Parts: sequence; C-alpha cells; structure tokens
Amino acid sequence: MSEIINLTIDGKQVAVPPGTTILAAAREAGIEIPTICFHEATTSNALCRICVVEVEGARVLVPSCVAAVGEGMKVQTQSERVIRSRRTILELLESTVDLSEAPEIQQMVVDYQAVNDRFPQAEERQSLPIDDNPMYLRDYSKCILCWRCVQVCAEDAQYTFAINFSGRGYETQISTFYEIPMPESTCVFCGQCVGVCPTGALKPKRQWLLELGRTPDEIMDLTRGERRSRRRRVEPDVNEQA
Amino acid sequence: MLKAENIVSTTCPYCGVGCNLQLHIEDGFIYRVTSPFDSVVNHGNLCVKGRFGYDYIYNKQRVTTPLIRNTRQKPGERSQAFDRSEWHEASWDEALDYAADRLVEIYQRDGAKAMAVYCCAKATNEDNYLLQKLFRALFRTNNVDHCTRLCHAASVVALQMAVGSAAMSNTSAEVIESDVFMLTGSNVSENHPIIALQMKKAVQKHGAKLIVVDPRRIEMVDYAALYLPIKPGSDVPVFSAMAHVILKENLHNPQFIADRTENFEAFALSMEKFTPEYAETISGVDRQLIIDAARMYATAGKSAIYWALGIPESTHGTANALSLINLALLTGQIGRIGTGLNPLRGQNNVQGASDSGAMPWHYPGYQAVDREENAQRWEKTWNIEAGGLNRQRGLTTTEILSAVHPGGVQALYIMGENPMMSEPNLNHTRKKFEELEFIVSQDLFINESSAFADVFFPAASFAEKDGTFTNTDRRVQRVRQAFPPRGNARADWQIICDIAKRIEKRLGRAQTAYWDYSHPAEILAEMGSNVPDYAGIRYAAIDKTGLQTPVPTEGHPGTPYLYTNDFPRGRGKFHPLEYVPNAEMPDEEYPFVLSTGRVLEHWHGGTMTRHSWMDDLFPEALMEINAVDASGLGIEDGSPVRVTSRRGSIVLRAKVTPKANPGVVFIPFHFWEAAANILTTDAVDPQAKIPEYKAGVVRIARAFDSELTGAVPAQQRGRY
Repeated sequence: MSEIINLTIDGKQVAVPPGTTILAAAREAGIEIPTICFHEATTSNALCRICVVEVEGARVLVPSCVAAVGEGMKVQTQSERVIRSRRTILELLESTVDLSEAPEIQQMVVDYQAVNDRFPQAEERQSLPIDDNPMYLRDYSKCILCWRCVQVCAEDAQYTFAINFSGRGYETQISTFYEIPMPESTCVFCGQCVGVCPTGALKPKRQWLLELGRTPDEIMDLTRGERRSRRRRVEPDVNEQA
Repeated sequence: MLKAENIVSTTCPYCGVGCNLQLHIEDGFIYRVTSPFDSVVNHGNLCVKGRFGYDYIYNKQRVTTPLIRNTRQKPGERSQAFDRSEWHEASWDEALDYAADRLVEIYQRDGAKAMAVYCCAKATNEDNYLLQKLFRALFRTNNVDHCTRLCHAASVVALQMAVGSAAMSNTSAEVIESDVFMLTGSNVSENHPIIALQMKKAVQKHGAKLIVVDPRRIEMVDYAALYLPIKPGSDVPVFSAMAHVILKENLHNPQFIADRTENFEAFALSMEKFTPEYAETISGVDRQLIIDAARMYATAGKSAIYWALGIPESTHGTANALSLINLALLTGQIGRIGTGLNPLRGQNNVQGASDSGAMPWHYPGYQAVDREENAQRWEKTWNIEAGGLNRQRGLTTTEILSAVHPGGVQALYIMGENPMMSEPNLNHTRKKFEELEFIVSQDLFINESSAFADVFFPAASFAEKDGTFTNTDRRVQRVRQAFPPRGNARADWQIICDIAKRIEKRLGRAQTAYWDYSHPAEILAEMGSNVPDYAGIRYAAIDKTGLQTPVPTEGHPGTPYLYTNDFPRGRGKFHPLEYVPNAEMPDEEYPFVLSTGRVLEHWHGGTMTRHSWMDDLFPEALMEINAVDASGLGIEDGSPVRVTSRRGSIVLRAKVTPKANPGVVFIPFHFWEAAANILTTDAVDPQAKIPEYKAGVVRIARAFDSELTGAVPAQQRGRY
C-alpha cells in the first residue's frame, strides 16, 4: 500500500495519507463540504447525509465524513445530484423540526435554495421542553437526531451512558432509559451533550430563562438556597448534648 | 435565542485540571459555558462544576461592599455573625484604614509572631505572591500558609526528599501513553473528572491496564484490571510488599538504580519484612493481588502512578508517598513519556499558590526561608534592609491555629479560605477562632470563617479579575476579567496593594517594598525575576495555550514531563520504610473507619457551590455505608444516623451503597449542617504537618429525622 493516495476532488489534485476521509481530504484542499452531524470531537456516523458527494463509478452518493479516499478516485462535491440530495435533506428537516436556533443549518437552507413547504402535509415533531433538572433543558422539538449528545455521553467522552435513541422511525427520539427524569439516570450533568448540540435542543437552564425574559436577579431567586427559609447555622456544640 | 457575541476565554476556578473555558456573557451574566475542542487540557470536555457552576457570582447573599462588625470582638468572646444586621457597610477607605490600624497595633505590640495569614489556592498566582510578600516584607513573619497543608503537603515533602521537586512529573493527558497506570487514594471521576475521562479513554481505547488501590469501591474500579481494596492506612505495607515482590522476582531495573538513584541497599533491606503475607494481614488485600499488581507495574514498558489525597492525608502521609516513589525508582518507571509520579493537585491553583511562596518554609520558588542567600535575594527585590527578613520557618496552617494564645498568634488574615469547614477537629478550631484578637476576611460570602471576622473585604470572583492559575500538570494559564466586579468588590491583588501601602505608611518604613502595580502581569514578572521556573513566562506567551513549568527563559516551550536526564536533587533517593498504624485504629467503642472527601457536585467548604444551583443537585450530606454494615446497625438507605468520634458528633442521612467497603464509611466535608470535620482528628504527619482526614474512627447509631439539621426531601439520584 502506498504511503500517499492521489485523487481529484472537483477536478483538483489532492494527495493524502491512506485512511483519510473524503471530507478531511477536501478540507485540506480548501474545498468546503457542508456537515451537520459531523463533529471533530465525536466518531462520525454518516447519519445526516448532508455531506454526501458523488464518486465516479459509485452506485450511490457517498457520505464523505466516513468514506475513505481511494487511489485515483474522482470526487464531485457540488454535482447536480449532490445538490438535489442535500436540498431534499434540508427540506425534510425543515418540514418536521424547529430549526430556529440552528443558524448553520438555516444558512444551508438559503445556500441550497431549499423550499420550506416542500412537504406541506408533514407532521411536525412537537414536544414540550423537559425541565427535570437544575442544569439544562431538553427541547426535542428542535432535535435533528444527529446523535452527538449520545456519543459524548458514551464512549466519545464521558462513559456515562445516560441517554440513547428510543423509538423507531418517525418516533425516534433521544431519551433516558424508560424516559426517567435526568437526575434518576446515570447523568453526571457534565453537559458535554449541551456543548455539542447544534440546534439548541439542549440548553443551559440559565440561558433558557434569560431568553424567556427573566432577569439575572429573578433567575437567582429560583435557587434552592433562596427558596428555603433562612435557617441559620446551628452551633456545633449543640451536637454534643447527645 | 441569544447571540454569542461576548465570549471570554479563561480557566476554570474549581479543580486542579485547569480546564479551558469560554464564558458566554450577556450584560455581565454568564448564561452558558463552553470549552474549545482543540484545548490541550480538556479537549472540549467539562464537568458539572466547570459547565454550570458559576451562578454563585450572582447569588444575592454575596457581599459586594466592605463590612465592619458593629461590636468590637474581644479575644475569648468572639462570635460568628452570619446576619448582615451585625455588620455595617463601610467605604473601602474606612475598612482598609480600620484593618491596617488594628493589624499594625498588634504587630507593634506583639511582633511578627502575632501575625499570620492564610493564602488561597483558589486565588491567582499574583494574589498569592502579593499576600505572602505583604506578610513577609511588612510584618516580617513566615506564618504564611494555605490549604496545601491540608491536601498534598506530605506528597510535596516526600517528593522533595526523594527527587527534589514537588509536582506531577507528567502531563495529565499523557496517561494514554502508559501501558499500565496505578491509581491510589484518588476518586478521580468525582474529583478530577476530566483526568478521569482521559484515564477511561486510556483503558478503553488505548489498551492501558489500570490498577486501583483504594479503600472505596470507586467508579474507576469498573475500568480496572486489578482492584486492591485496602484498609485505610495500610498503604506503606501494600506498596512496600509490591517492592518486595519486585526485588524477589528480579523485576527491578538495576541499570536505572545504578545510574540515577542512591541509598538502594538500605531500602532493599527494609523491604525484606514486607512480604505479601504480612501486607495481607494489615491491609486485608489478598496476597496474590499484591503479587499480580507488582508484576504488572514492574514489567510493563511504561508505567505511571497517579495519587490524590488518600495518600498524603495521613499521620504517615510522607511515608505513604515515599512508598510510591520507591516503586518508580526501583523499576525506572519515571523520566520517560508515559512513566512517572503524579500527585493530582486538588485546587485550581494549589500548585501555583505553592510556587508563589504561600508556604511557611519557603519563599516563592521553594526557596527555603532559613537559607541566607534566599533571604538576601528577596530583601534585595523587596527593598528591605539587610537582615530584615525573618529567617525562621513559619507556622503551618494547622500550627497557626494551635498557636492562638497569649504570646502566640493574635491576628489572622484569611483570603478566600474557609478553615471553619476545612480544618480537622472543628470544635477545637472554633475555640481557637474565638480566641483571636483580630481577623480580616477577604472573600465572596460570609462563610463559616468570615462570620468570625472583624472586617470583611469583598473580593472579585475569578470572572472579574485578571491573573494566572497553575494547574496540576504545572501549566500556567490565563484567567481573564470578563466583566467588572459586582458592586464595590475588588480584585484580590488590588485589595492587597491598598492595605499594604497603608500598613507600610503606618510602620514608617524608609523604603517601599513596592505596591504600585498597574496590572497583574507586572506582579508575575517580579516573581519570575527570582523564580527560575517562572522566569520565561509572559502573559503574551500564554495568551492562547498555557506553558508548563519549568519555563526558564522567554521563548522556552515549557516542560511536558520531568526528570528525563536527572532529578532536581541529582540522584533519586530511596527511603527505607516502616509500617506505622494510623493515629486511631478501630476498636469496640469506635468500630468504623471514617474517610472524608469531596463529591462531584461540590467544592470543599462550599463557599462557591453551596451558593449555586449545584446545591439543588446534591443538597445534603450523605454517609456512604456498605449494606452489610448497615444491616448490622439496623440502618436503611436514607435513615438518619448519628456519627460520633472522640471529638464530636453529627447527624446526617445514610446512603447504603456498594461503593463503601465493609468497615469503612465516607462523609463529604462540604456541608455545615453535618460538618465532617467535627469528627476528624487533628493528629498530623510529623514531617509534613498534614492531618489524618482519611482515617478517623467513629461509631454509628440510628437517629431521628428531627435531629437532622437543614434536612431536605430525599432526592433520587441515579448515579449513586
């Protein structure tokens, strides 16, 4: 096996080490391929398919975040077929998910001229924000199932395994086991999931409250320390009566 | 949706990992915290404290204006004032003048021995350097210490004896390079959560083998190849038995021993008696596990040792740490990448506070106070007349309070620490606080210690000031002001400069030691001029990524791992060891061993986290106890229990969990409602003066709900 793989991307000669993904090779050559579920800190899973490219001789479009380069490969990142595929993915997302807090995806919608009512009969994913802990909110109406949160909760970072997919097909959702409240799960509230969420489906509670128009002072009134009656310290000597 | 327009890069103020943070701010309010994924320290990962634990800055109980006590406190009758009605608000001038007057009055009456200061491992290097400078240069005392005395003092002493340094020899993230690593006395997944992630990754993705030696069945045991469940205090027999096996089976490294070490024969002779059988009788660990661990550690290509406070917080803490150092010297598992000796430092800046001279026996840079040339060097830097600096070693944290009596310590300046929660044997600590003549507290909240003070200086939080922290792997990183201090609070370094000038004037010193800094960068430069390890550090050079000390010259890239060619003291020194039992051993009256420590959601005395939403996640103290012990006592999960030691008694709920091994219970020390340190013993290690937090003995009895202080409805948490 040679030390260097030669290929062309959009007609440009590229030479990279074996095992490099098409996405990484393209980025090295200064060619931008859009991504949604891809994240530098997580294992790529080719879930969202926005990064697909056309490889000459391949039957189907290839997800560039996981497909490795091959010798002599000819890659098109902006072919008509690729663009139509990306546009359809965006239109499907638009039809079911609240993308209002995903500026990068909104930009793609503009760039790819996705029509936001292409699927007028689509059923929107609707759910109320889950406010079951003091640290962060989960609003799955904004969730695009990119899987990053599950990955960082598992072997890509935290090894805590508090969340995973539940349900099948359209019903698929990120959930704790049996949908138990987060504090009852194995969650350690590290918030790695919040850190990688691309759509605002996971959000620190203080940010959520601030966006609802609460002032910092009002937010601080919600702490347990403020809520409970001010019981002042008991002298430790009292303990010695026993 | 909030636009991320104001993002400030800084360093986490909690544990010693030193995670890089990006604070997202709206009108001075931190609403979100992220971390750059290309960070060399934490790779974008944070723990619950680092990600969410900053709301204490905005807590309404925070004090943001200087306070003076309404009634003058008399020694012996001093009381705690938590209620603001017992204080009156003052201007900075009024508060600083008052404090300076009283401190100078005591100094001029009773001299240097009456003055003492607790510096702060949470404050910056610059803050700590200045505060020790104030007490050394103006009050001519070395009674300067901080909470390192209560955490890694014995590790520091042992490392200085054996290799001549006092820090982690590796970079934290280097653990993935190790073939075998041993973790002992460290519940790393709760106390250094990001290092725990790197350790889990090392095991799961890089094939490293983990040996856990710990009296608690901590989470990392799930990742271990070998788990040695030792009894508290049996560290020396277990690690020495490993050395015994290594010697008997010729697994040691004769070349390394010949080239790099000394005192091998005396050490080898002292290991004779530590047979695995003997260690088993003391530690309760199966002899075969000890043999397996010895072979695994010695025969791996690259082995490293990581330890935290289970090793030093003991009356034989120095010997415990030496028993680990001996293993590294014996096998040559040090000085190469992936090999080494790593005391995981607890606080964000405990390494830096120690480096900055917040210690009674050392000027900045570990320069012994009783060596003439060191004193002369600092006299020159601080414009002090020849012979002006005190050459006598000062009192340690624990000794300072013991010395509170007529003719001893009268005035105490506390920056950011909370000894009324963190000292052992709190009933004794309380009496000593009551006897002090004058106390200055510089903090964010009126905590258990500040409540005793005469004057309170409201300090800036980490997000409101500039400076540097030095993390556990010696990386000096920037702390940045994200917004102005709340109210009238001020940065610690500014407060110290202001009071220093007032004190200097009242003392009528001919020359000023210099307090007119315009920025913390100038303070670090002054320190670096006399501290070779920091000589090359400039704020511009650590703007994006911190540098690991030693950084001897400007432009130096820093030092990721230590001791490649030699040790700071020349040769590594073996130390012969003897087994010494704990100060207290379980008996019929006190049958359980009590270990204390931290939980993931809280920080030490609780000044920060207990004023945060973190307190909603973990609202009350829980005593961890094994199911067998619990059923013997008729205790169920959640039962209130009274825990009594020779020093005091507390009531809290029991948590029945397999994390506790039989005979050992664990209580976190964050909760004033059931302060674990009421129970702990103030017996200390003779060399390092560190108290035995990890092995007091207690008895346990059922109690009533009505006896609980500040009880909250039971909260179900899945992670326990």
